Amino acid sequence: MKQFEALTRKKDNQAARYLIVDDSVFARKSLAKMVESFGGQVAGEAGDGCTAITEYARTNPDIVLMDITMPQMEGIEAVERIVQEHPDARIVMVSSVGYQDNILAALQKGARHFVQKPVKPDALYEIIRYVLNDDGVASPVHAGGERDR
Amino acid sequence: MRMDLIQPFIGSLDAVLAEMMKTAPRIVDLTMEEEGYRRKGLAASVSFKGEIQGRVILDMDPQAATQVASYLAGEEVDSAQPMVREAVCELANMVIGNAVTQLNDRGFQFKVFPPAVLTEEQCAAAGQDSEATILCFETPSGNVYLDISMQYHRRRSRERSTVAV
Repeated sequence: MKQFEALTRKKDNQAARYLIVDDSVFARKSLAKMVESFGGQVAGEAGDGCTAITEYARTNPDIVLMDITMPQMEGIEAVERIVQEHPDARIVMVSSVGYQDNILAALQKGARHFVQKPVKPDALYEIIRYVLNDDGVASPVHAGGERDR
Repeated sequence: MRMDLIQPFIGSLDAVLAEMMKTAPRIVDLTMEEEGYRRKGLAASVSFKGEIQGRVILDMDPQAATQVASYLAGEEVDSAQPMVREAVCELANMVIGNAVTQLNDRGFQFKVFPPAVLTEEQCAAAGQDSEATILCFETPSGNVYLDISMQYHRRRSRERSTVAV
């Protein structure tokens, strides 16, 4: 898999930490590989919205990649509950179901962005970079170690 | 069955398989079935409810399923591994999710449920109560089947009111 310039946290120059939420083991594995190619670290995984809430509290990730259609509790409800408790949570929706109502609902509940499956690594990288930079949390580190400005 | 409702599923499967297999699939057969669907390979089903209600079964020859699994996993996957079935589920989720997105953006409201792997018995039972359109796509790694069964509720309610008058 293509390697990207690492997205690291500004505060300590450490790898950004991700929580990956998807009921498909395959999707989680695929996203984990992408995250690693972005220089990130998988802090936790969850297969449904309920587990995502507890895993968020346990791992306190820098970013969450959240599916929408899942058993028990869907992604949009999980976003609402996570953002209620953690208003600074940065959540990117990753779903094959990308119609406008769904995207709008997710954004209204506090998600920062949306990516439609099948996910292209370049597109996800740019979105994560945007979402992290938006809060000044992380920026790419070039080979020489100098940050983007 | 309305072709304008089926077309998004064809377009979506075409696009997703072309991305994963690096070659566009070709439709080689289209049939209508009123009895239970007979599974050919590894199958997964996704249901949806709303103005359009029904289910779509994605059924893949094992070799085609293994190729998709390897693409999704980012490494070679053995055809005997259980993760190949999981890959068919994820592919069904992507294909049907993308198609449903197109239909929703055209004004059809419905909810999609998570995909489920289908056994042979479940496949047969799934098609017993409704007419289905079955499309066969040819790929270099084997055939991929799409069994689409759906009802358009908005039209049906209009028909019911006409009958009542």
